[in-house]
Amino acid sequence: MTDREHKRTGSRESGEAEAADEIAGGQGEDLTDRIDDILDEIDTVLEENAEEFVKNYVQKGGE
Amino acid sequence: MTEPVLQKVLGTETEFGITVTNQPNFNPVAAASTLVNSYAGSRARIKWSFDEESPGRDARGFGYDLGPCLDIESGLVNVVLGNGARFYVDHAHPEYSGPECASPLQAALYDKAGEVILARAVASARELLEPGQRFIIHKNNSDGKGNSYGAHENYLVARSLPFGQIVEHMTAFFVTRQIFTGSGKIGAENGRPAVDYQITQRGDFFEEEVGLETTLKRPIINTRDEPHADASKYRRLHVIIGDANLSEVQIFLKLGATAAMLHAVEGEGLPESLQLARPVESVWQVSHDLTLSTPLELFSGKTITALEAQWQYFEWVRKYLNDADGVDELTAVLPVWEEILTDLERDILTTADRLDWTAKLRLLQGYRDRDGLEWNDSKLRLLDLQYHDVDPDRGIYNKMAAGGRMRRLFDDARIFEAARKPPEETRAYFRGECVSRFGHALVAANWDSLVFDVGEASLRRVPMMEPLRGGKDLVGDLLDRVATPAELMRALGGDND
Repeated sequence: MTDREHKRTGSRESGEAEAADEIAGGQGEDLTDRIDDILDEIDTVLEENAEEFVKNYVQKGGE
Repeated sequence: MTEPVLQKVLGTETEFGITVTNQPNFNPVAAASTLVNSYAGSRARIKWSFDEESPGRDARGFGYDLGPCLDIESGLVNVVLGNGARFYVDHAHPEYSGPECASPLQAALYDKAGEVILARAVASARELLEPGQRFIIHKNNSDGKGNSYGAHENYLVARSLPFGQIVEHMTAFFVTRQIFTGSGKIGAENGRPAVDYQITQRGDFFEEEVGLETTLKRPIINTRDEPHADASKYRRLHVIIGDANLSEVQIFLKLGATAAMLHAVEGEGLPESLQLARPVESVWQVSHDLTLSTPLELFSGKTITALEAQWQYFEWVRKYLNDADGVDELTAVLPVWEEILTDLERDILTTADRLDWTAKLRLLQGYRDRDGLEWNDSKLRLLDLQYHDVDPDRGIYNKMAAGGRMRRLFDDARIFEAARKPPEETRAYFRGECVSRFGHALVAANWDSLVFDVGEASLRRVPMMEPLRGGKDLVGDLLDRVATPAELMRALGGDND
């Protein structure tokens, strides 16, 4: 891991620290312990009749 | 290299999944056409020109000349939007091709703007459906039943760069970048070994190392050679091995790391190349391995994991960019790239606020733990689809983002603006502004030209062979000075005399 620590330090030396802060954000929200709340919310918007929806979901190939 | 490395102008194309609920005779082509037509609605209906010959090609890159009327009857709907994008029906999908952008961050913004446009198209087409019917648009790449549709990236590279160099350096990069480009999917397709969940939507569908196809025998490196620009100077690398992403950070990382790699290849800044012994097999092996630890065999006989390969690329690119000038738009991706690799190495789920595949995995695992569901349970498969719904209220990604559970790079207002206004640094500015200001006189458009009818005997064609010419700095004042398309033609002519 010391190698990795070194890398991290190295990249911050190059003057992109501001960009890093702006883009990497770093809200650092703890995402681990609120999963059940999220699932409850998702339950309210999931399409009705999951089985039929999934069965009927057929797309043509593309590109 | 004596020539300076080209700025990595780039953009994305997305084919969206389309369905209409409670419509027994659902026809995807008709549905997609309805959607695009409805969005075009009162907006200027400018046709897309398929003329690849560019008879008016002007080596100066930006000028005007008299051109023939272009035949543009394709039968399918094509419109060009005020933000410089193309919105149309491709095969059986609505497709949004974002405008040419000057930086990965900007290209990520316009990729997100595409979702807004699709969601608005759904809203505008709603009244055309029967009661109880609803358009549902997914920004995904697979129906889970063996059908895949694309999310492509385009990068400007120098024609002088031998294509073999791209193949040599980019193949293993594309194979291993899947660990941060995937949008996640339950199960395997296309005859690949069974798996509960995998990192990408598309990995199962790649069958060749290099090739021209995009619909069959999909290659890791696509050789389509349509630069949509001066072909003597430019190549457009058409990258088809990627997933459509919802996460803003992920889109930025995907585009930024790839653009930075291409810059390094073009600048001859990579000390060596990683050569996979079996790249096609490695594609699905990487995608199927949630532990990121599968050893991939190299030609040298050594092995490397996808994570190790990405650390190596990160390190090479970081060194290269630190020594390069004028690449701020690329160095901005380094901290994001580094953080994602660090977190993936630590615990993949710590990236669930930035990567679609881990965000979705976390939700699916949550349901499995809470409700004791099997991987093939319909509810989980539904979630696997609905994560990608572009509807602001129903889409699960959108719900997560609105709840502050996904890191954002852009606020909604900025994305809405990008759905309306073009990037200012590229020719997309001229295209988009002409659509907004003089749409009534525009009879056809494509990436490298616009055709105007200004009431004269012949149509006027404006070629745009230089992707970085036609931005606000060059034409902003000019556009503000002219009141009519005819004046614009005269002004353009004058400027080029």
